[in-house]
Amino acid sequence: MSLPAPKLDDLISREYRHGFVTDVEADALPRGLSEDVVRLISAKKNEPAFMLEWRLAAFRHWRTMTEPDWATVRHPKIDYQDIIYYSAPKSGKTGPKSLDEVDPELLRVYEKLGVPLKERELLAGVAVDAVFDSVSVGTTFKAKLGELGIIFCSFSEAVQEHPELVRRYLGSVVPYTDNYFAALNSAVFSDGSFCYIPRGVRCPMELSTYFRINAKDTGQFERTLIIADEGAYVSYLEGCTAPMRDENQLHAAVVELVALERAHIKYSTVQNWYPGDKEGRGGIYNFVTKRGDCRGDDSHISWTQVETGSAITWKYPSCILRGDNSVGEFHSVALTNHFQQADTGTKMIHIGRNTKSTIVSKGISAGRGQNAYRGLVKILKSADGARNYSQCDSLLLGDRCGAHTFPYIEVKNATAKVEHEASTSRIGEDQLFYCRQRGLSAEDAVSMIVNGFCKEVFKELPMEFAVEAQKLLGVSLEGSVG
Amino acid sequence: MTGAPMLEIRNLDVRVDDKPILRGLDLTVNAGEVHAIMGPNGSGKSTLAQVLAGRETFTVTGGDVRYDGRDLLASPPEERARDGVFLAFQYPVEIPGVSNVYLLKAAVNAVRRHRGEAELDAMDFLALVRSKMKLMDMSDELLYRAVNEGFSGGEKKRNEILQMALLEPRLAILDETDSGLDIDALQVVANGINALRSPERAMILVTHYQRLLGYVVPDFVHVLSQGRIVKSGGKELAHELERRGYGWLESQAAPGAASDATR
Repeated sequence: MSLPAPKLDDLISREYRHGFVTDVEADALPRGLSEDVVRLISAKKNEPAFMLEWRLAAFRHWRTMTEPDWATVRHPKIDYQDIIYYSAPKSGKTGPKSLDEVDPELLRVYEKLGVPLKERELLAGVAVDAVFDSVSVGTTFKAKLGELGIIFCSFSEAVQEHPELVRRYLGSVVPYTDNYFAALNSAVFSDGSFCYIPRGVRCPMELSTYFRINAKDTGQFERTLIIADEGAYVSYLEGCTAPMRDENQLHAAVVELVALERAHIKYSTVQNWYPGDKEGRGGIYNFVTKRGDCRGDDSHISWTQVETGSAITWKYPSCILRGDNSVGEFHSVALTNHFQQADTGTKMIHIGRNTKSTIVSKGISAGRGQNAYRGLVKILKSADGARNYSQCDSLLLGDRCGAHTFPYIEVKNATAKVEHEASTSRIGEDQLFYCRQRGLSAEDAVSMIVNGFCKEVFKELPMEFAVEAQKLLGVSLEGSVG
Repeated sequence: MTGAPMLEIRNLDVRVDDKPILRGLDLTVNAGEVHAIMGPNGSGKSTLAQVLAGRETFTVTGGDVRYDGRDLLASPPEERARDGVFLAFQYPVEIPGVSNVYLLKAAVNAVRRHRGEAELDAMDFLALVRSKMKLMDMSDELLYRAVNEGFSGGEKKRNEILQMALLEPRLAILDETDSGLDIDALQVVANGINALRSPERAMILVTHYQRLLGYVVPDFVHVLSQGRIVKSGGKELAHELERRGYGWLESQAAPGAASDATR
């Protein structure tokens, strides 16, 4: 009569809460990709000639490229001609002027997701630029930000209203030649967020975007561009959830950050795309290029990411430390459960003198999840006195998951100091039993232990985001005991 | 349930990896009593403590454990804890990144919820925990460190008794709580334990040495050898063991002979 042992596996398997499809009439192009499709997207968005030329150049370049296969992820071959490259909710055609004009069905979706725009903007003081299937449906706090000269709008709007800024900075951090998915994104991106903080301005609130994928078989190609002018500061939050899907969906976003002299950009992500079901069917392919350019001296870019969703996560938010004394940071929690795969990490490219970078990566693998940290620390000849500290910790839950670490270090300057620490541990049955003996449920105990493991990263997140991230980890691990 | 024992263990067989550890163990504990379980290393003392708390690495292959007349073994560890079964660990684990105060509050509120009491908010909880910490001569700083991380041996054991004081269990099992303590720390820990003695509460002290029993005087002493209790007596038995060691009892535990000795 031995006691049935609650299994960690059960605790970690918990249904996706945000699984529902909204019935909004979609305005979509036919499947497939060609020059005509690129022209159509550009025309639909009424873009100036330089944008169309740029898109076409990207498309032509993309056609010469082949899909990379070096990541430790596995998936069936993607048919790029079977994807719909543009869809916008019909109600978005004329462009809502205020929230009152927004399709109430869309607003209900956000409510279900716990993103009540109105309350959130008022209570939390967060300006939300919500992206629903490629077209922005609500931008708030614009007026208030406008007084400070801050531009925060959808990418499409920026193309219309501030073409000179878009033209100067678009593709300057991630050129369309950078990689296969960046080229694809450059050709077909439908919308995204744009942010410009003028010289010497400290953005008084956290800026935030919620992403959603909705229409069936719709590829999602977001483009985010954030520019912090000299001495400016901004903290930007990106969060996303997606409805349940049977077919895998490709998400290939590009995020570019530009920090000029003494500017500071803090970019935080909580990623919760649909991860697929317990058998590994469905889920989002999240193949994203994120890069920040510390272009000016004494500039600072910090990436913090909490990755719990997607069937496959493949991304490396990176920093180019060009300016002297510039600082790059990367703080990451990546959780894989069931059949999820993650190959994520960062690149820190030290070019300027006395540049500093810090990498803290926490990988959690559960179920049959596979988690790889892949990082490059590159110190160029010019980077006198450069320093890097890297710490990569892996936590395993159960015995069918995997953790992998691929740290690459290239040092071409003898004055550089590079430190790397790594650890792998298993969530202890001892720890679990200790907590349960104190009256905590197994679920709460696992959640508490995992949160403790991630503490160093969570403390980098803005307060309310940190709370959200902790809840999300709890949710992602739920259902695994008893 | 008047008159029924709080804890009744009958003919308990426990194995780990097919190796028998407890073999037909019997023990009855009533409310208000303090029982000491003594015995040589490997006799199964810690196994008994952990099985009562619900540790899953052990397999119960026979026998029966009743707690307040109910089948204790049928419920998972957290339910036993909420029902008032507390184990002070011999080796309290470290939980990096989780502050001690967070775990303590989560534990207290889990038990309170179970009892249908209102959960304590941060302020009320802090007031409560500080009053109990004074009793254990612990510094405030230990609240904000990660659970047991970097705690000295003495600090860990005090932290265990602090948890017992906060959770107010009905049945407290203390597994080698005296090991690794210097004489001052032993005194503090013993005072903490004695302060919790009450007619409603029973305690089982698992210990190798008589040392702790000089401070916490038991009502009954049992000697465990090769998986069963081979001798029971009052507190004098502990002194006798101190003088004579365990050797003279080992023969009674030999297979075959033992089954007659206890029945």
